[in-house]
This record gives sequence, C-alpha cells and structure tokens, in this order.
Amino acid sequence: MTMVHTPLLLLPLALAAAAAIAAGFLRPRLAAFVGCGAAAAGFAAYLAMAGGVAEGVRATAPLLAVPTLGIGGGLALDGLALIFALLITGIGALVFLYSADYLGADRRLGRLSVMLLVFMLAMLGAVTADDIVLLFVFWEMTSLASFFLVGFNHTERGARQAALQALLVTGAGGLALLAGLLLVAGAAGTTSISGIIAARDAVLAAPTAVPAMLLVILGCFTKSAQVPFHFWLPNAMAAPTPVSAYLHSATMVKLGIYLLARFNPVYQDEVLWQTILTWFGLVTSATGAVLALRETDLKRVLAYTTITGLGTLTLLIGVAPAEAATAAMTFLVVHALYKAALFLVAGVVDHETGARDASRLGGLGRAMPLTALAACLAALSMAGLPPFVGFVAKELVYAVKLDGESSALLVGVGFLVNASTVAIAGVLSLRLFFGTRQPTPRAPHDPGLAMLAGPILLAGLGLIAGSMPGLLGDRLVGPAAAAMLGRPADVHLSLWHGPSVLLALSIATVAAGMAIFAAWGRIVPGMRRAAIVDVAGPAALYERGLARLLEIAAGTTRAIQHGSLRGYLRLLFAVAALATLATLLLRDGLRLPAFDAAGLDARALILLGLPVGAAAAALAPTVFVAILAMGLVGFTTAALFLVFGAPDVAFTQFAVETLLVVIFAAAIRYLPIRRRGYRQRRERVADATIAVGTGLAVTLALLAVLGTPYDSRLSDWFGDQSLAAAHGRNVVNVILVDFRALDTLGEITVLAIAAFAVTALLRPIPKDQTR
Amino acid sequence: MEILFAIAIGTVVTASVYLFLSRDLLRGLLGFILFGTAVNLAILLAGRVGPMRPPLVDAAVLGAGAANPLPQALILTAIVIGFGLTAFALILTLTAHREFGTTSVEELAEAETPKVPANTAAAATRREAA
Repeated sequence: MTMVHTPLLLLPLALAAAAAIAAGFLRPRLAAFVGCGAAAAGFAAYLAMAGGVAEGVRATAPLLAVPTLGIGGGLALDGLALIFALLITGIGALVFLYSADYLGADRRLGRLSVMLLVFMLAMLGAVTADDIVLLFVFWEMTSLASFFLVGFNHTERGARQAALQALLVTGAGGLALLAGLLLVAGAAGTTSISGIIAARDAVLAAPTAVPAMLLVILGCFTKSAQVPFHFWLPNAMAAPTPVSAYLHSATMVKLGIYLLARFNPVYQDEVLWQTILTWFGLVTSATGAVLALRETDLKRVLAYTTITGLGTLTLLIGVAPAEAATAAMTFLVVHALYKAALFLVAGVVDHETGARDASRLGGLGRAMPLTALAACLAALSMAGLPPFVGFVAKELVYAVKLDGESSALLVGVGFLVNASTVAIAGVLSLRLFFGTRQPTPRAPHDPGLAMLAGPILLAGLGLIAGSMPGLLGDRLVGPAAAAMLGRPADVHLSLWHGPSVLLALSIATVAAGMAIFAAWGRIVPGMRRAAIVDVAGPAALYERGLARLLEIAAGTTRAIQHGSLRGYLRLLFAVAALATLATLLLRDGLRLPAFDAAGLDARALILLGLPVGAAAAALAPTVFVAILAMGLVGFTTAALFLVFGAPDVAFTQFAVETLLVVIFAAAIRYLPIRRRGYRQRRERVADATIAVGTGLAVTLALLAVLGTPYDSRLSDWFGDQSLAAAHGRNVVNVILVDFRALDTLGEITVLAIAAFAVTALLRPIPKDQTR
Repeated sequence: MEILFAIAIGTVVTASVYLFLSRDLLRGLLGFILFGTAVNLAILLAGRVGPMRPPLVDAAVLGAGAANPLPQALILTAIVIGFGLTAFALILTLTAHREFGTTSVEELAEAETPKVPANTAAAATRREAA
C-alpha cells in the first residue's frame, strides 16, 4: 500500500471550522447555505481522493501531534474512512440545504447551522483520525454536538431530557471507550490506529486484551444504540428533523459501527468478539423491528428502524465469513441513503401538513407528488426490491447469514426483521401517499427545491447505485471492506444472481412484509397495549437509576454540607485527632522521652496555671467567667515565656493579653456574656470526647517530637550570623527585622488590614439602614 | 519538665476544642484564642526548653546555654497575627449580635438564609422610594 501526504485531507475539516465561525456572524439563511457550500466542497475533496483510495493509496496528513506525550496525531484516509467521509459531507450538504427551508424564517437557523458544522467537523475528524487520542476527542465532540442539537428546542422539557439522556448514555460509553483505547494503546505501544492494527499480536497477547476489547465494544454500543442502550435514540427524535436525518440515522449513530469496523482487523478472529457482535446485533435488529411496530409517530418509527439497521451492521461485523465485510459496507451505504431520504420526507410531511402521526395520514400523493416519488423510491430500496441497491444489500446479508454458523437462527430472525422493514417501508410510502385522503391541520403541497433536493437525490441514488452495482462495489465498498478485513477484499456486487435460495427468500420476505403491512392498522394498537416494554425496559431502568443517583447526591450534600458550623468543627477536630493518633500508632511513633528529675525545677509550678485556667475556661458557667479564666492561661503563658529565656515574647504576650482585656471590656457591654452555655448532656459527652481526643493527640505528637533528636542547624546559623552579618546582639530581634524582614512586613500589613476591617465594622450604622 | 509541659499544652488544647464546639459564638472565640496560645507553647516546646538565658550574643556568636531563638521569632509573629485575627473575629461577633440579636451559632445559621432575598427585595423597594 502506498502512502501519500496530502494537505487535501485537511481541507474539509478546515472548511467546516471556518464555516462554523463565519456562520455565527451571518444572516441565518446565508449561514445554512455557507454550511451547504462547505459540505459540498468537502465532498468534492474526498471524491478527488477516491480514485487513489480505490487503487490502494493511503492519503495522510499531519494534525495535532504531541511528540512529548507520544501522541502522533495525524489523519489518514483509506476505504473505510472514505465511505464515511463521503456520506458525512454528501448528506451534510443536502441537510444544510434542507434546513434553510425547514426552519425558514426561524432566527435559530444560524445556531443550528453552526452546531451542524461543528458536528460535521467532529465526524470528519473522527473517521479520518489515525490516532486514538484524536479519534476520542472528535468522538466526544460529536456527543456534545448531539446534546445541543437534540436539545435544540430547549424550552421544551422533553427535548432537554432527551438531550441529557443521549449525552449521559453516550458519554458513559465514551468513558468506557477511553479506558479501552488506552489499554489497547498501552499494549500496542503506540496511539496510532494503523500502528495498533500492525501490532495486532501484541494487543491480543496483553493480559488486559479482553477487558480492553469489551470496553471498546461498550463505547461503540452506546454510540450506535445497540441493545440495551438503544432507548436514547427514539427519544433523540426531539431534535429538528434535519438533525435526526443527519445525526441519528445517517452519520453519528454509525460512528460506533465505524470504530468496530476499524478495529475489526485486530479482533476479527477472536471468538468473543464474533459472538458478542453477532448476538447483540441480532437482538438489536429484532428489538428495533418489533418496537417499530408499536409506533405511529413517523420519526419514532424511523428511529426504531434505524436501530434495526444498526443492529444488522453490528451483526455483519461480528459474523465470520469474509463476504460479511462486503455486505456490511454495502448495507451501510444503502441504509444511509434510504434512511436519510425517508427522514427528510417525514420532515416534509410534518412541515407541510402539520402532522406526523402515520395512523392519521393518508392519500397525500395527489397533493405532493414529488415528495411521494422520493418516498416511494426510498421505500422500495428499504424494502429491498430490485432494481434498487437495497435489494443488492439484502441479498448479500441473507447470503452471509446462510453461510455462517447458527444460520437457521440468523436467517429466521433476519427474515422476520426484514419482513417488518418491508411493512414499515409500505407504511411510509403506500399508506402515507396513497389510499383515502385524511384531513390534515394544513393543506399540503410539495415544498420548495431546497427541501425536495435531499429526498429526491438520496432516493434516486439508491436506484442509480442499484442499476450500477459494479461501480459502487469497485470504488467504495471494495476498498472499505479491505480496510475492515485488513487485507484485499474480493468484491463483486451484482443485481441479478439468477434463481436461487436467496431470491426465494427475498420473495418470501416481501410477501410476509406486505401481509404485516395489510394488518398494520390492527397490529400497532395491539402492540401498544404491551405495557411491559415501558415498565421493564432499559429506559425505565435508566429513569430509576438517574432518579436514585440524584437522591444520593442530594443526600450526600445534606449529610456533608448541612450548614451547621458545630457539625463542621466536630468533623474537623475528630478527623484531625483520629488521623494524628492513627498515624502515631501505625508508624510506631508513641514514645516517651526519659523523665529527667534533675531538669525539674520550680518553673514546673508555673505550668500548673495552664490546666487550671484551661479547665476553668471550659467549665465556666458564663462567658464572663470564661474570659477571666482565659486571662489566667494567657498570663501563665507569658510567665512561661519569661522563665524559659524568651523575654521578648513574654512582653508581647503581656501586651496582647492586656489589649485583649481592654477590647473585651469594650465589647462586653453589647454582648450576652452572662448567658449560660446550653448543651444537652449527650452533646457535652460527645464534645468532651472530641476535645480530649484532640488534646491527647497534641500531647502525644509533642512527646513524639521530643523523642527525636533536635536539628539545631538553623538556630545555630542565626546565632552565628546575628552579630557578624546583621550587627545585632538580640538574635530574636535580628531574625524578625533583618533576616526575615519581609515576613514581618507582611505581618504588619495583615494587622493593618484587620484594623481597617474592624474600623469599618465598628462604624455606627444609622437606624433606618440597618438590615 | 518537657513531659509535664506537653501534658499541660494538651489540657489547653482540650479546653479550647471544647469551647470551640460550643453553640455560643463568644465561647467559640475564646476557644480560638486558647488554641492559639496552645500552639504557641507547642512551638516553644518543639524547639526544646530548658535554659533561662535569653538568646543574646555576648561575644562574636551566640554561645551554648542560651534559649533557642528560632521558635521565639516564630511565636512573636504568631502572637501578633493571632491578636489581629481575634480582634477581627470579636468585631464580627459583635456585628452579628447587633444584626441578628444572637450569638448562637444555630440561630445565626437560620437567620442568614431566609433573610437574604427578603432584604434584597426590601432594599430594592427602598431604592425605588429614594
């Protein structure tokens, strides 16, 4: 495989970024057209590279490398990235065009355009990133963009909830993905994706190989709405329809599929990988197919069929046969084309009639013939009828299922899923546009060109690609399947295989689907009555989990941030005491210095003043007595300083004690100093326990300190330098005003600020201004 | 001597914490002052006690037999800062008592919360009137 460095690969991203910034300053309608232009130019750029990619050229470009952290960064374009990039830019261009008319005069069109451009940038970055760090950043960017786009109508409670739900589910999956990617990168020794694929053996041999794989799968499953995370996707339909068409059917929800396909060369031979993807994919597709028959809202019906499609794609990545890669990539394109078209049609119907309940719509074909044409073309592809490309894809999927293990179950469930898909396709085309005309809130007619271009082009492409399957196979599907397999793929798409088992299956599917369609009006109410889905489904679990989480958060806040100063102080002292005691105990710090009877002299008597004064202060009946007792402690302390060789400190202590007495005397007139302490007996015991514990901790810590030798270097240095360097004989004074003069300046400043604050607070407040 | 000193400091800490945990803001303030005193004494003790002679230089350098100058310098700073903080805390207590008519910690906590929006509204009304 040849590599080509080309800045062309950066162009679509740069255009999207520039357009996003520009769109913020433009008139809303112009912003949408700028977005359309950026997407179309990006599409052209990727198309220009498509020829090279089909010949096996790998285009690369540098982006955001951080060599010091071992992050190589960089973009790379291979077949897999190309197929996604073309879908993102191609459908993107049509969606921008569509939005311009869909929101029309709505001033929020500008905001929508900016967010869509940010999303497009993130998607393009994610699918062309050749570095897991880059990939992850873009991946999360798409989740954030989705959050804002789902919550676009943020004044509606439902939209906000749906946005949060999508963000939480995909965000939690994103965290799992990050952990998985880091484990994989650690095992491979590189963050480069091509490097990881090359280091396949190291990745699989690592002890964390299985957890890493499971975490990556988890991240992909949340993003691509696989069971049991599928519930966020239908709720995300709170977004405007162009957003649903773009993010939640054609591109973003396929990002998980993209990453699974990207890592498929590493894991494809692992039985666990195959098993998980096959069965979760099968269950997801069946779940979507069944739940789609419970809905009548057009967008929710489409959302569930999207889940079906995503499940089928996951299944196709999981099943073993090599043709599965071809089938997966073909179905990816097919699904994106018809599903985006049908979403846009649903938006047109909603926009023009003011209703989107399939059970109340009908016979619109006469009023809006072009819309009906687009819907029918897309629905025929969805139903998998020849000569549409959907037929090619369906045949391939059936062939893969017949070929693999447990084929009976795969084909059996697949048959039912496809029959349901055919029925839904019938509802979206025949029921909506033919039959008896139902009254609608607005008189319908075909929309303008901007809104018609998307559905018609996308649906028409389904027909064109179906009649020229060879081109699709050689140019797009082949290179993509090769990237997914890690080796060249033998791809031959054709429309007609002649009479075979596959053809018989197809015919039976369509027949069964038409039968379901005929009974649709009766099936849906019946399915709706099965309330068990609403009660026991993962969505209900999510609701309960979220409610419980919020309760726990509120409870924790109440317990920790209770607002009681006493509570905070109790906790503070208890933790400080316990931590000190525990450390002393565990680290063997309990030691008693030798009792030196000779060192004991009359000064020990002064020490007695401390416990006496302290006990008196603590047990004083009134504050007034406590102040007096505290004075005793203060003056005892001053005396201790005096007799232990610290006359300077003693004088300061005397001065401060005296000043405190003066200040308290001044304040006493205004304060309830005769008030008695009022603690309950239980509180007294608890407080006393904490107090004694703290005192004990301090004493034991001091004894531990005294038990260790004293490092006198600093004291000696000051003693030596006092006269020599600072020409002072009083070492304490020299330290304060010379060696540590700046600290003393700071101290003076603090005192000055305190004085200012006191003055300000003491200012008399006029009566009428008191709060 | 040192052991007795350490025990004496422990009693001061005990008393100060017990006062700290009181419901009364004033007692809490006294606990704060006592705690500061205990910490100052602890610094003195950690620098070792014994000599009565102050750290004054007679000859060229500070000879043996004098008290340790380093803790003294630290304590001097601590006393002054502690005094400033005490004065400020006392004035805050005074102000709180003047505003809310109580020095009870619990009553103050209750007094703070609900009054704020009412006051803002009242202030807005006054501004309009003025």
